[in-house]
Amino acid sequence: MRKLENIENRIIPITFLGILIFLWYFVVERGIIQRFILPSPVDAVTTLFRILPEIKHHLIVTLTEAFYGLIFAIVLAVALAVLMDNILMLKRALYPLLVISQTIPILVLAPLFAMWFGLGKFPKIIVVMLVCFFPIIVSLLEGFDSVDKDLINLMKSMGASKIKIFTMVKFPASIVNFFTGLKVAATYCIMAAFIGEWMGGKAGLGLYMMRAKKSLRIDKVFAVVLLIVILSMVLFKIVSILQRLLMPWNNEKQ
Amino acid sequence: MSTYQKNKLSVNNIYKSFGDISVIDDVSLELKENEFVSLLGPSGSGKSTIFNIIAGLIKPDKGKVYIEDMDFTGRSGRVSYMYQKDLLLPWKKIIDNAALPLVIKGTKKKEAREMVKGYFKIFGLEGFEYKYPFQLSGGMRQRAALMRTYMFSKDIILLDEPFGGLDAITKRRMQYWLLDVLSNLNASIIFITHDIDEAIFLSDRVYILSDRPARVKTEIKIDLPRPRKNQVITTPRFNEIKKDIINIL
Ligand SMILES: Nc1ncnc2c1ncn2[C@@H]1O[C@H](COP(=O)(O)OP(=O)(O)O)[C@@H](O)[C@H]1O
Ligand SMILES: [Mg+2]
Repeated sequence: MRKLENIENRIIPITFLGILIFLWYFVVERGIIQRFILPSPVDAVTTLFRILPEIKHHLIVTLTEAFYGLIFAIVLAVALAVLMDNILMLKRALYPLLVISQTIPILVLAPLFAMWFGLGKFPKIIVVMLVCFFPIIVSLLEGFDSVDKDLINLMKSMGASKIKIFTMVKFPASIVNFFTGLKVAATYCIMAAFIGEWMGGKAGLGLYMMRAKKSLRIDKVFAVVLLIVILSMVLFKIVSILQRLLMPWNNEKQ
Repeated sequence: MSTYQKNKLSVNNIYKSFGDISVIDDVSLELKENEFVSLLGPSGSGKSTIFNIIAGLIKPDKGKVYIEDMDFTGRSGRVSYMYQKDLLLPWKKIIDNAALPLVIKGTKKKEAREMVKGYFKIFGLEGFEYKYPFQLSGGMRQRAALMRTYMFSKDIILLDEPFGGLDAITKRRMQYWLLDVLSNLNASIIFITHDIDEAIFLSDRVYILSDRPARVKTEIKIDLPRPRKNQVITTPRFNEIKKDIINIL
């Protein structure tokens, strides 16, 4: 039954996506929309393969920025979440700030970072970090909060110290939440690096796309968009696989 | 049962209020060695609060808890405590869940596993050592939780409606199984329930509690012979006791 449901769950979105792509293809091939305004999906794919050698370097730059930004975001979010959970004052003081920080548009910050930190990888890594940090810390804090109070009382009744309660119960209980946040962050990180590059840089997919846009190479623009979608999906999948491997007790529920 | 039983635990005249609401009003209890005692009372009357006080998780406003004649009021880490929910850690295999109390006390994981291994047979969980909790049925999880409870402290065990979440048939089986297991262990038990049949079937004595604030209305000795078989619940004596209890409640 479960297997059948799973297949059904996949068939519906895939079919829908297929229909959309076909409509897109149809509209362009029939000349209803001009090719220089909207390239067909086939054009996007063939262009992507053709430009792959020339964007390889840019791709590596973007991936590097996304990777470091995500790693730093994870480290910072975990560390701060642990501190905030253990020191109530800190949580009260920082939580509102965290939320407010999310209302500042990243499109404003990115050029600022470029002005302050130059055109290298560093300002982009910061942008990625800012974007990825929030979903991780919020889901972690929520996880810490939602641990069954009875479970914590049980640990206390067995004489467990605060540290033991944290390492043996609270932290492992929140891994599910951590992965929820990480999935969101992983989906965003490529795009965040891309936006960072767009606002000024020396290399990267964002910069490449800027150039393509300026020279009106709309097929290249679409090829890069396609690449970003693929990369983000692959990252999401990697995180899901990682979660399944690290949490064998949770597989039944998925 | 011998008449010379040591007093394992005594609760002396405890009171507790949360805010203006009085929850426990002058409750005194006793538990003798190897005895099975039930607290029978309506839900919300304050039974779990009594357990929290015995376990040292909360302090009574007044009164004392003595364990083997030592003052344990407000001190945790002495008695085993099991809740209605199994509260097994889903990310740990059954053997590590059972070994948890030992690991908390500082035993190495490998040693702790060795120490609990021998009990899987007694608790009817042989072959499930390396399964995760989600792979077990409700009844088995409850047994695993009981095993963990037992590993913490083998002499005094508090069970707070441990079978409350099970279906009637599984519940009946678990009660029978519990008596069987206990006959092999040297444990003194306090058992919370709002199920009259369950209290009579399992206990040596039953304290009947009032509505909130909890007060001991009466204490009833259950003189049904042991070992008790399932049929005991259809005997005239069982029904007599049941009638008495219903009248008091
Ligand atoms: N920590 C607490 N703070 C405030 N009220 C509580 C607390 N714990 C229990 N109570 C109240 O005390 C009463 C008795 O609760 P409890 O001991 O859990 O009853 P029982 O286990 O008999 O169902 C309930 O009305 C409950 O709302
Ligand atoms: Mg209760």
